[in-house]
Amino acid sequence: MRLRIAEITVLSPGIRKFTLEPLAGLLPAAGAGAHLVFDIPGATRVHKNAYSLIGGPQARTQYEIIVRRVEPSRGGSAWLHEHARIGDILEAKTPQNLFPLAHLAKKHLLLSAGIGITPFLAFARVMRTPFEWHHCSRAEDSAAFAALLPPGPQVTLHTSRNTLNLAAVLGTQPLGTHLYVCGPELFNETVQTMARALGWPESKIHTESFASAAGGAPFIVHLARSGQRLEVAADQTLLEAIEAAGIAAPYLCRGGACGACELPLLQGTPEHRDHVLSPEQRAANKSLMVCVSRARTPDLVLDF
Amino acid sequence: MDLNLKPAETFRGNFSAQNSEAAIRRFPFPFPDDLYMYSVNMEPHERGGPTAAYDAIFDLDEHYLGECADRAQVLADDPKRCQVMPHLIDAEWDTLELLMESLATDYPAQFTLTRNGDAWHWINRPLALDQRFTFGDAASLPCPPFEYITRQVQGDFTLQDQRDNDLFIEGGMVTSQADWSLNFDAGMSFRQWHGPVPLAHEAGVFDRALAYLLRLQLGKPVRRLNWTLTVNPRLDTSPENYPKWGPDRTTVTPENVGHKLCLRVELQTLTRLPRSNGILFGIRCYLIRLEELVRVEKWARRLHRVLRDLHPDLAAYKGMPRYRPIIVDYLAAFDDGAPTSPGTGPD
Repeated sequence: MRLRIAEITVLSPGIRKFTLEPLAGLLPAAGAGAHLVFDIPGATRVHKNAYSLIGGPQARTQYEIIVRRVEPSRGGSAWLHEHARIGDILEAKTPQNLFPLAHLAKKHLLLSAGIGITPFLAFARVMRTPFEWHHCSRAEDSAAFAALLPPGPQVTLHTSRNTLNLAAVLGTQPLGTHLYVCGPELFNETVQTMARALGWPESKIHTESFASAAGGAPFIVHLARSGQRLEVAADQTLLEAIEAAGIAAPYLCRGGACGACELPLLQGTPEHRDHVLSPEQRAANKSLMVCVSRARTPDLVLDF
Repeated sequence: MDLNLKPAETFRGNFSAQNSEAAIRRFPFPFPDDLYMYSVNMEPHERGGPTAAYDAIFDLDEHYLGECADRAQVLADDPKRCQVMPHLIDAEWDTLELLMESLATDYPAQFTLTRNGDAWHWINRPLALDQRFTFGDAASLPCPPFEYITRQVQGDFTLQDQRDNDLFIEGGMVTSQADWSLNFDAGMSFRQWHGPVPLAHEAGVFDRALAYLLRLQLGKPVRRLNWTLTVNPRLDTSPENYPKWGPDRTTVTPENVGHKLCLRVELQTLTRLPRSNGILFGIRCYLIRLEELVRVEKWARRLHRVLRDLHPDLAAYKGMPRYRPIIVDYLAAFDDGAPTSPGTGPD
């Protein structure tokens, strides 16, 4: 999917909003909590960065994202801040949602910090259930965030560490409340640890997790029968690498569930990510599902 | 895409429904091998496949008018065949959008969708419907959005909410089902509503399928096939109406088996919905009389072998024990023992 940068808004020295539009037609609908993965040009490689969409779910004509310049930047956010221009075209994947709202919640409690504000901006637009939102910000960004936050007594902006009494907020919620946490890792950890300590059930604590997304460290695979040596890139699956070499490998679901793509292993240790092999089968180290699994060793040798 | 609609035939009463030569050739025959056992047989649902039944995202065929009329009759008799729990209202609109967009793209001669922001205009020429409405405003449609659009599409649909690492069936339009009840299953978890299926639980099929579906991505729908046998081309074989169709099983004879007995195939699609993050499960039912199916020699040979060698628990689950020998004898006459070619399409 190709997107054109239609507008760039400077919200603060380190925070910009980008408005993106399709080259033709309508964009795929995306629900609150969805994110977009872009290919961002870099000096040595293409960066794949994920950004939450902040627009309402009706937005089929524009996507909006907010980007903080990360210091030190790995390249993606720096490019967006320094080089991106209106009219530039970016390649993106279809939005996915790993952070959806719980439809049966009696109340939503949103706790965010810094750029973690972004998915909750989308949440706030579609709320039909009572909610309470606490956002924490560094002082220098507070004006930018204040302008983004929706008005109303249910939203509080905290600009100093002392004004958010986490124990009080987490300890006084009505039954049926769902908690959503989005911010830097330490913030997420702190909130979740306290919520668990106060007895919140796991099923009512939500954080955005990209863990199930494909990709990992690059590795080498040797195909013993054809004598080929293939490089599996960080953002490529083993199956895709085999296919890219023009070799037809068996597959069906491409999601680690059906078992069709199991290939015999001769050497190396896989990082199994499928739902098929039992712990015993994994321990036997005889095969792997090439649609999702990767390598723990620098090389794998397949009997294929 | 070509779509030649027959005048409405009946799937009850005198059972006038039959398949044209073209409809036989496009049938989604479900058996890739001569021996059948459960598997997680899911694959990406993209346009194109072994027959023309895979050419559209939501397949329509010559039976469209008859099937829509049959659904309307089922709903008139039993409104609970369509129900959606209130927390799935976003999924209702997701479904309406997906079905309208897909039909208008795949069948532009029959369906047109025009949008101006939230002001939508839907034209369904075969059913002579011309509806202007506001997307997101249920009051602007003659009935709730999920019911409105699924009355206009062949096949059953259910809506699954995703939470607590599980799926819950909490909505649906179910009028052409193979002996299961939405009203009974509503609210159940994935393993609960699959409870009656034999053998597959032990094989871990449902654990794997659930893990896979929980990660189903937007824009990447998947499909699988399921099958059973039905006496007469009857769409509504529901538990609610068992007294109407159950006794049909006692009427199969060697003389009428070719005409009366139908292979029933479900082309099932699973689509992640964008706003609700739910999953839409489409269950598109195809019925083919054995006398129609045997016109494709490969299918006759393979179906004979599959039914002859089927695990007894599966045969019982699919309601076959009473007439299985009659079917197998009938099909044996079309099986010369020659090998069958790979894949499910006709030779």
